[in-house]
Amino acid sequence: MMAHPAENVSALKQTPLHALHLAMAARMALFAGYDMPIHYPLGVLKEHLHTRSAAGLFDVSHMGQIALRPRSGRMADAARALERVVPADVLSLAPGRQRYAFFTNSRGGIIDDLMIGHCGEHFALVVNANRKEVDEWHLRDALLDTCTIDVLEDRALLALQGPAAEAVLARLSPSSASMRFMDIRPISMAGVNCVISRSGYTGEDGFEISTPARDAEKVARALLADQAVTLVGLGARDSLRTEAGLCLYGCDIDESTTPVEAALDWAIPKVRRWGGARGGNFPGADVVLEQLERGAPRCRVGLQPRGRAPVRAGVLLYADASASQSVGAVTSGTFGPSAAGPVAMGYVPRALSRPTTLLFADVRGNRLPVEVTELPFVPHRYKR
Amino acid sequence: MLKFTQDHEWVRIEGDAASVGITQYAQEQLGDLVFVELPVVGKRFEKGAPAAVVESVKAASEVYAPIGGEVVQVNPAIVADPALVNSDPMGAGWFYKMKLADPAEVDALMDEAAYKELLG
Repeated sequence: MMAHPAENVSALKQTPLHALHLAMAARMALFAGYDMPIHYPLGVLKEHLHTRSAAGLFDVSHMGQIALRPRSGRMADAARALERVVPADVLSLAPGRQRYAFFTNSRGGIIDDLMIGHCGEHFALVVNANRKEVDEWHLRDALLDTCTIDVLEDRALLALQGPAAEAVLARLSPSSASMRFMDIRPISMAGVNCVISRSGYTGEDGFEISTPARDAEKVARALLADQAVTLVGLGARDSLRTEAGLCLYGCDIDESTTPVEAALDWAIPKVRRWGGARGGNFPGADVVLEQLERGAPRCRVGLQPRGRAPVRAGVLLYADASASQSVGAVTSGTFGPSAAGPVAMGYVPRALSRPTTLLFADVRGNRLPVEVTELPFVPHRYKR
Repeated sequence: MLKFTQDHEWVRIEGDAASVGITQYAQEQLGDLVFVELPVVGKRFEKGAPAAVVESVKAASEVYAPIGGEVVQVNPAIVADPALVNSDPMGAGWFYKMKLADPAEVDALMDEAAYKELLG
């Protein structure tokens, strides 16, 4: 094993909560260039279960926060500009609402997936940590004529997730309780001006809280003072989102997967499809909209292993126990603590994508039976 | 006689037989286990060969044969309840028993004092 050169270690980026993680005895590791908490002394399994039964607090400050402001001052101009790079309906997004979207490339592949929040006089974008630079340049290329683009380096992002999240947050900021899923609002909390959205990445009800970097620890400690809340690391974040059937950029989606293949077609509304008032006019529209009409050659599906062995990312899938040619691969897989068994997802040919289709996963040379299944593995509990 | 490996396995030697498991340190590093795969009885291993697999939520890890020999018994209790390895790694959480191919190999293993020194 090679040791990391010292200069690389010191070049690791840190979030504004880095000192808190160390104080809480987190196991740290490199993720997307950041020194991030993988788990705390409680451990991945119990952190996962605590999030589903009470509330987990996640530091997701490594994610990119970008503010888009229309040069004209008219939000419709920024919305139309954004629609040049995402096949979402941005124009109808109301102030105080947020929407899931993705940047597509000219082949219909996904450059990144993101949240777009309408904050009144600007759009707040949240993008993946390891795609920040790519996204920023992509936005500059396409939108600089109509928008100013500010990457907010001086902000932290916390996620409070789980059935107790609403009550915990309401004790600190009573007005937050009236928010619905995908609302976004400026809210003061512990004396700090935050921007809070009711959303997350666990399948649970919950909130994402954007704070100025210098106040992040104050906000985190105010939330942790509630006994329902425990810190949760990236380990459980991954098992929670996998059970919820949510894609991780770089694993389940990337520049070679289209939104239709990734089963994200629900995020492309009628108005952006063929025949819609603003149909097409995004990169790769011909490929993506054609696949929407005729079906994609392969699709992302849920995979339920029949045994107890976890079937992890990279495992190849076969149509039968002795086939020599694989038909697909697992892109995310783990043991789901709430599902109480292994859970996975991956890509298979459309002909093999129907639920209950039996496939075989090659795990350490053994062909293990897995069944194509509907996602998610654990029902979403959003407050719509 | 209790011996240890650098890969954090323990070996309890009784004559030409040995029981094998992972140490307290190993279970702490792995975290809560959710899956254990044991070798079949009759399987022969060279020292250092992958003999078992343990998985946490996060990752799969191989457990290497600390010594060469033939598997004569496995512990089905840890397959049914992998958490036993976390709660009692040196006792009820044992993995398998083997008949030693070459009892002299034992000499290359660490005693408890040397293992504790390795952990620092």
